[in-house]
Amino acid sequence: MFLYNITLQRATGITHAIHGNFSGTKMQEIVVSRGKILEILRPDANTGKVHTLLTVEVFGIIRSLMAFRLTGGTKDYIVVGSDSGRIVILEYHPSKNMFEKIHQETFGKSGCRRIVPGQFLAVDPKGRAVMIDEETTMLFKDIYYHFIIIKTEADNDPTGEAAANTQQTLTFYELDLGLNHVVRKYSEALEEHGNFLITVPGGSDGPSGVLICSENYITYKNFGDQPDIRCPIPRRRNDLDDPERGMIFVCSATHKTKSMFFFLAQTEQGDIFKVTLETDEEMVTEIRLKYFDTIPVATAMCVLKTGFLFVSSEFGNHYLYQIAHLGDDDEEPEFSSAMPLEEGDTFFFQPRPLKNLVLVDEQENLSPIMSCQIADLANEDTPQLYVACGRGPRSTLRVLRHGLEVSEMAVSELPGNPNAVWTVRRHVEDEFDAYIIVSFVNATLVLSIGETVEEVTDSGFLGTTPTLSCSLLGEDALVQVYPDGIRHIRADKRVNEWKTPGKKTIVRCAVNQRQVVIALTGGELVYFEMDPSGQLNEYTERKEMSADVVCMSLANVPPGEQRSRFLAVGLVDNTVRIISLDPSKPLWSKCLCLQFSEAVFYNGVLLRTVLDPVTGDLSDTRTRYLGSRPVKLFRVRMQGQEAVLAMSSRSWLSYSYQSRFHLTPLSYETLEYASGFASEQCPEGIVAISTNTLRILALEKLGAVFNQVAFPLQYTPRKFVIHQETNNLILIETDHNAYTEATKAQRKQQMAEEMVEAAGEDERELAAEMAAAFLNENLPEAIFGSPKAGAGQWASLVRLVNPIQGSTLDQVQLEQNEAAFSVAVCRFTNTGDDWYVLVGVARDMILNPRSVGGGFIYTYRLTGGGEKLEFVHKTPVEDVPLAIAPFQGRVLVGVGKLLRIYDLGKKKLLRKCENKHVPNLVTGIHTIGQRVIVSDVQESLFWVRYRRNENQLIIFADDTYPRWVTTACLLDYDTMASADKFGNISIVRLPPNTSDDVDEDPTGNKALWDRGLLNGASQKAEVIVNYHVGETVLSLQKTTLIPGGSESLVYTTLSGGIGILVPFTSHEDHDFFQHLEMHMRSEFPPLCGRDHLSFRSYYFPVKNVIDGDLCEQFNSMDPHKQKSVAEELDRTPPEVSKKLEDIRTRYAF
Amino acid sequence: MTDRYNIHSQLEHLQSKYIGTGHADTSKWEWLVNQHRDSYCSYMGHFDLLNYFSVSENESKARVRFNLMEKMLQPCGPPADKPDDA
Repeated sequence: MFLYNITLQRATGITHAIHGNFSGTKMQEIVVSRGKILEILRPDANTGKVHTLLTVEVFGIIRSLMAFRLTGGTKDYIVVGSDSGRIVILEYHPSKNMFEKIHQETFGKSGCRRIVPGQFLAVDPKGRAVMIDEETTMLFKDIYYHFIIIKTEADNDPTGEAAANTQQTLTFYELDLGLNHVVRKYSEALEEHGNFLITVPGGSDGPSGVLICSENYITYKNFGDQPDIRCPIPRRRNDLDDPERGMIFVCSATHKTKSMFFFLAQTEQGDIFKVTLETDEEMVTEIRLKYFDTIPVATAMCVLKTGFLFVSSEFGNHYLYQIAHLGDDDEEPEFSSAMPLEEGDTFFFQPRPLKNLVLVDEQENLSPIMSCQIADLANEDTPQLYVACGRGPRSTLRVLRHGLEVSEMAVSELPGNPNAVWTVRRHVEDEFDAYIIVSFVNATLVLSIGETVEEVTDSGFLGTTPTLSCSLLGEDALVQVYPDGIRHIRADKRVNEWKTPGKKTIVRCAVNQRQVVIALTGGELVYFEMDPSGQLNEYTERKEMSADVVCMSLANVPPGEQRSRFLAVGLVDNTVRIISLDPSKPLWSKCLCLQFSEAVFYNGVLLRTVLDPVTGDLSDTRTRYLGSRPVKLFRVRMQGQEAVLAMSSRSWLSYSYQSRFHLTPLSYETLEYASGFASEQCPEGIVAISTNTLRILALEKLGAVFNQVAFPLQYTPRKFVIHQETNNLILIETDHNAYTEATKAQRKQQMAEEMVEAAGEDERELAAEMAAAFLNENLPEAIFGSPKAGAGQWASLVRLVNPIQGSTLDQVQLEQNEAAFSVAVCRFTNTGDDWYVLVGVARDMILNPRSVGGGFIYTYRLTGGGEKLEFVHKTPVEDVPLAIAPFQGRVLVGVGKLLRIYDLGKKKLLRKCENKHVPNLVTGIHTIGQRVIVSDVQESLFWVRYRRNENQLIIFADDTYPRWVTTACLLDYDTMASADKFGNISIVRLPPNTSDDVDEDPTGNKALWDRGLLNGASQKAEVIVNYHVGETVLSLQKTTLIPGGSESLVYTTLSGGIGILVPFTSHEDHDFFQHLEMHMRSEFPPLCGRDHLSFRSYYFPVKNVIDGDLCEQFNSMDPHKQKSVAEELDRTPPEVSKKLEDIRTRYAF
Repeated sequence: MTDRYNIHSQLEHLQSKYIGTGHADTSKWEWLVNQHRDSYCSYMGHFDLLNYFSVSENESKARVRFNLMEKMLQPCGPPADKPDDA
């Protein structure tokens, strides 16, 4: 088996974000790292939308990211520390839209190691130096000014009590420019353990020095006479959190202008504080903190010069806010280090909804994908992806469909059912369209576009006839083609008309800026061209085609030329002819060439052909099936580029995005006709008709593969199952470190009572009022976070969801500290047709080291047509039930390390059979026939045979590698795919001579050599595939993604990525891609210096998988490299691109 | 003779350059401490492992990182009184 890896959607979680002027213009960009992906984003200051400029997979782990600027420069560079053991400096080239590696410095071995630097980066504010630090410090480049690191000196020598007092040291380094050397300036032990540092601008901008963020405190330090300034981190008033918990800052952003600077720092509850420093003659006298706003907890924040705040959330969607106020002049209290406080005491504030920030844009983020199932539950032909993602109160159930999201700008009803629509501009220089022309069976409606869209009659268009086409002709004239003639409307409203001869009518036409070609009934072509005076002249000679014309197309006139030289005509006899319109050549000559990539259609199939303008060869034909209706094509503009809208039973957009050709369906109803649309409100829209409505649509999320619908959940979703009969989902949600609703309400009540009790006699009334206000206060947890209850506290629920409406049909809240970990829906042979839902629950579980107070299996009956959960009984078990699977009318349950078969009883489930030989913890159970495949948390897979006669579960085979299996999937009777915690996917298969009939050895007198190695099973599975994805895979499923497509193995990752592994169908293909991958590795090595082969072999040597992500980078190589690689493969570059696209479209999109 | 000295100095060089390089007198405790620190460092470096911990513990990523950093200080408790007993 040979597989090919394709990423369908790249990871969406952000681990680092930096901002700067990376393209060297005034515009600020944001560079984000998505783990193994580097991406550059540009927030548009006018629209407030964030656009992606470039995404590059680096095939390595980005551990740190910094921007720096050379002295006197205007362009920022990117420093990337990765697991390659190297540090690279990248430059962004906006013209070529690519990153260029301008420097690479090797430090050590690859991997995320303690002794290889790269985890922490610091940059000298003047851009002269970069410092890299792991646990040991190393220096890089030879030019330094001064900056600071925390160095953890974990001392080994002190015995006993001394070790507890180990302190962190803060060390200031300074660059001596004269000596070109770094000097260790000053070192000091810290009182608390810091978790991160904020550098304070130095020199002319500020007092320099550093803010140390540690648990509960923020401290300012500098060398010299500067005393330490310390301020406690304010806490929320009446917080439900565990009172013993400390508070830390998790991220910060610095904003600096010529006159002032401030920091925004976010706590782990999501509260942002504005931090300012008061200075007196270069000495810092005071730290001031002011509560700014509360937003979801972020991994990084960037304050942009345009007044935007970009926030990359830890989990869930990312946001772009506008900073509306700086929080300077309001009534809210400010906290200062100068205020006297007792040691250990802190300030309190009241969190509130946003006041200083305004949300302007949101970027969808699936991370973390906890579970995913692919099925066509909505009966749409194409399966949907049901993805349970998010953590805690920000969790969602999302339904993903392949397609572009369409935003509806306007919908208006029309008097009848129109059959076509066009937009025209009034003048060639105009930026926006002036008229929308709608054609009906016997009339034409003209609408003018302004503030509103209104019907007009003075446009010069003929309203009493249907229209075949209309467009702008020349500079400022308009043309309307209707069945009986052509109407040429000049700018001064003079109208020239051309009437069809005799009984003939116009059936088809093609128009561009200067030319008009019409086809009359019977296949006669008439050609018109505009002369320099603006007159439309008929060309005397006419062309008879051999059959009726079904379609025609003219390319746009190339800039600087008089005409487009070619016309494409499609005939009834299934041919497409290209006709020359060049007067110097014999007119109406036969097939020549098109100068643009053209799409041709029939029978719902789209062919995309590129024709070589030099040789005139027809090449690179790509075919796609679009739908059950004949395809119509419309040229539109998307992000300043030409795109083609194709309409069949679904509408598709064909466009080029980041050097890859995309053909994506629109997630919208069937459209009949469309045209590009540009107005002030909507610069790149589409006007389309659908039955009797006119719609103005915009496509904003180009490049997105999936269109999402999200339904909120309460806690982190763990698993879900589909009830096949009703297509409903049964979902379990579990949060560690959380209170259930009941406990929360109880604790709130308790706190309110305490408040009243604590108050003195005279303040009673006031306190009662405050308590009432506190009880009524309800801040949304999705933004403000849920209270952290402490370790070992669990909240959990079981939810029955209708996945199409997203409505919760039924819900069971479990008690405090009960945590649901597994769910199954099944029938029992001894109880007839009833469906049962089994939920495995652990009580009082401690995560590390794992211990558990007990477990239960809750049994519910599905009633009310599968819309109600009716509690049946509760079966106590001794350990965590992490896996449940239906098996031959009974259930298999993994209880801790035990594998058991249970049957349904009256009062509880009845244990029927048990196997104790799984080493650690059963995390998953799969069954096929009499075989049961069990995954262990640490020891990979075990094949178990159920022997019905003896009622025994016997392990007969296992795997030879220790894999920390997160999820597994059956591929066939002998083959299993599994994914592990470290981001590997592997496929193992039982050899053909494996025997299921292995006897357990109860006597123990079996020969030693029969027992298997190290107490393992006597038969071993063979590894077929090993592949390192680089992100933790939490779901695997074998499925088809497109109707008529072949099966593929779909995986989803914790970082929000979705990918597939597909088998090669021919040796030839495999050979081709193997060579392509090999050439790509040497010709186009990964950007951050990681060796591709060793990255894909991170934990196990890569086996039998070809990395399509690397192969697809072929399209972003520069043309001469493409050519040389293609030549090595005996192909041309378009042929290689076509191959890459073909394998993708065969299985997915 | 020179060879032996050479190997000796090479080892010393390795030990000074790469923390955790073992030698004849490495105690069980020292070895374990290095193992644990290497693991913690790997958890912090691999973004998805950090995500994994963060989701399961329901703590912010910064807090998980901070906790791991703190644990690196003395992952296996204080060293035994007499290292040669270990």
